[in-house]
Amino acid sequence: MSILVVAEHDNSEIKGSTLNTVTAASEIGGDVSILVAGSESSSVAEQAAKISGISSVIHVDDPIYKNFLAEDLGNLVVSVADGFNYILAPATTFGKNFLPRVAAKLDVQQISDIISVEDADTFKRPIYAGSCIATVKSTDSVKVITVRTTAFDASPMVDSSVNVDLGAVVDSLNNSKFVSDEIAESDRPELTAADVIVSGGRALGSSENFKIIEALADKLGAAVGASRAAVDAGYVPNDYQVGQTGKIVAPSLYIAIGISGAIQHLAGMKDSKVIVAINKDEDAPIFQVADYGLVGDLFEAVPELTDSV
Amino acid sequence: MKILVPIKRVVDYNVKVRPLSDNSNVDLNNVKMSVNPFCEIAVEEAVRLKESGQASEVVVVTVGGDESQEQLRACLALGADRAILAQSEGLLEPLAIAKVLTKIVESENPNLIILGKQAIDGDNNQTGQMLASMLDMPQATFASELKIEGDNALVTREIDGGLQTINVTLPAVVTTDLRLNEPRYASLPNIMQAKKKELSIQNVSDLGIDVSNRTSILSVELPPTREAGVMVDSVDELVEKLKNEAKVIT
Repeated sequence: MSILVVAEHDNSEIKGSTLNTVTAASEIGGDVSILVAGSESSSVAEQAAKISGISSVIHVDDPIYKNFLAEDLGNLVVSVADGFNYILAPATTFGKNFLPRVAAKLDVQQISDIISVEDADTFKRPIYAGSCIATVKSTDSVKVITVRTTAFDASPMVDSSVNVDLGAVVDSLNNSKFVSDEIAESDRPELTAADVIVSGGRALGSSENFKIIEALADKLGAAVGASRAAVDAGYVPNDYQVGQTGKIVAPSLYIAIGISGAIQHLAGMKDSKVIVAINKDEDAPIFQVADYGLVGDLFEAVPELTDSV
Repeated sequence: MKILVPIKRVVDYNVKVRPLSDNSNVDLNNVKMSVNPFCEIAVEEAVRLKESGQASEVVVVTVGGDESQEQLRACLALGADRAILAQSEGLLEPLAIAKVLTKIVESENPNLIILGKQAIDGDNNQTGQMLASMLDMPQATFASELKIEGDNALVTREIDGGLQTINVTLPAVVTTDLRLNEPRYASLPNIMQAKKKELSIQNVSDLGIDVSNRTSILSVELPPTREAGVMVDSVDELVEKLKNEAKVIT
């Protein structure tokens, strides 16, 4: 078996999602190669070469890969796909964006968002916002798979390095151009990598009030998350959203404050190790998944909690 | 400018879906079906482009059984001009749906294709990207803002770290995220009027493409349930439990 993992990175550092994806590849079993496509990204290729469990790195460096546009990245992956039995990428907005393009070109039905490897052809994946788990068997000769990162441990880094081979650039279609991005700068940990997350919901009432969530998060060294309702109301930016269509997280401790617990939100956080819910409505569905529930006024309880931790 | 909007009939988002008792699939007997929420956002965006004079025609299309006519009519009531049902036996996978849509695009020649980023049943998030790939078109997935500028579309996308703006050459495929717009409700006169709009039916088996399934579902189960937790009476008790029982804070 020969497996290709497409690395997610920011041209200077490899992202944790790549390490989780390598673990999923190792569970399938076989030679695991990593494709690093980027611009001025040699430091990423060097890091990739030190990931435990891989046998080679393919590095393709060109300005057209700087912003990971799906058209160019997809065609590049197709160009190196020959000889691989599996092509894997993390089920983040990075992987979701380009991998179906690869599957279509290879005439393969992609398996999205796997949470376990049952055997070489069979995988488990959540459907209906995680209400059900489907066991799916693929009959395609090449498997194209996105991996739910929270379901697999990160593959460790080792001291020794494997070979880095340079791959060839594929001409750009030039039909999509990067214009700009607004990436939130924060000293807090990244939501999907955080050990502790403090999340707020609509009950916060305003972006001003959301500061009590941030204060608790900073005291705990935690990331800040939010429900869809809080994002839609404009209290916090979209990249805070945890849920079916936002980020999937599984920290050691998830504190849900003023979040009722719609199934779409639970889909994004119910695999957290310990869940705490603070809500004034004792019938809120969030209490059904919480390990510790506190019924009360969040505007009193949260500052008190911040003072006591 | 002509806009094509592929949509999907799915279980209503308020329904709690459960497996069948033999765990062979999900139980869809007697559950409410609706237009996939992300598809409603796609229809709304297309209709707004028409209302602002930037688009001339909005065509909705779905790949599914006869019962999907109900969802096509719902989209006509939201303002789409006409509908196409590509009639299939059974539920097709995203790869096959994208192949069928490729044929529809070839005959309709739209300048813009807008569709939902994912359907809330399979949560696959594939069809738009596959369609763009098969047509060698550019794509802008997870859109939260869409502006047409001549022969290009300027699209702001929701990505993991924040927002990204790209400029794609038309024709292009755009997939919608939640915050692109807030879909309207259909008014009664529009629902009545929608019954008179054109709805044409094509048979997928006449298209000459391979739509066979590539995967099979071996079983569908409930996810592991969490053990019921405890209610605490005070912040002090909560902190004590987190420190000494759960040991997640120090």
